[in-house]
Amino acid sequence: MRWMLVGVIVAATTVGEVLQAMGMRRHGEIRDFRPGAIGRMLSVLARNWMVVASVVAMAVSFFAYLGLLTVAELSFAVPATAITCVTETALAKYVLNERVTWLRWAGASLVIFGVALVSA
Amino acid sequence: MNSETARLRWKTWACAAVVVASNVCGNYFLKSGMPAELATPLDYITVLFRPTVTLGVLLLILWLASRMALLSWADLSYVLPVTSIGYVLVAIAGKVLLHEQISAKRWAGIALIMMGVALVSGGTAPQTFVPEPAPGADQ
Repeated sequence: MRWMLVGVIVAATTVGEVLQAMGMRRHGEIRDFRPGAIGRMLSVLARNWMVVASVVAMAVSFFAYLGLLTVAELSFAVPATAITCVTETALAKYVLNERVTWLRWAGASLVIFGVALVSA
Repeated sequence: MNSETARLRWKTWACAAVVVASNVCGNYFLKSGMPAELATPLDYITVLFRPTVTLGVLLLILWLASRMALLSWADLSYVLPVTSIGYVLVAIAGKVLLHEQISAKRWAGIALIMMGVALVSGGTAPQTFVPEPAPGADQ
């Protein structure tokens, strides 16, 4: 049960965050942070299917995480789900066409090992 | 470093600070306001009206919005490790505010995360993709 929930969390978080990055990239760089501009931006984003789908995927991830916390300890849940750092970095390279240098791979790997130790 | 790169780097660090702070504080308020058990599906809704939980949810909405703003110009593979500094802040907040003990293993984990964040934030540019031209921009 716990590994099934981890699988759901990893899949939903990865899909959600990659879709969010794609949707926001399509929207373009946000330069105006005044309240009116933010309101207009939100109405534009509400019609961006990638952003809407990403919010749905992250809601699935959130509720699966709550479920995982009822059957597993935090010291298992946090490092097990930190694997999304690797899956998302891989998709950032192959789907989002980012230049993922060895420095970024090294950084992501250090963070995962660090999270595992902090949560142990 | 040209002025555009410097502008993006400063803007990225400022937004990343908001992302991390809202995430750490939001999770703290969410956890401190949660009851020991949520027995029925209705409990998941009613718990949202506790003031501490409401504050936590509002901060997590700010986290989501600031993260979306950050991803409008910064790489996902940059944002992921850089915002992981939140794990370190949670551990340090536990020691300072709740007087929790931090074992040698946890200090080692904190050091690894800090090294990962330093490698990515100091060694790579926030944006490596080519931004699409804004709608209506001159060709």
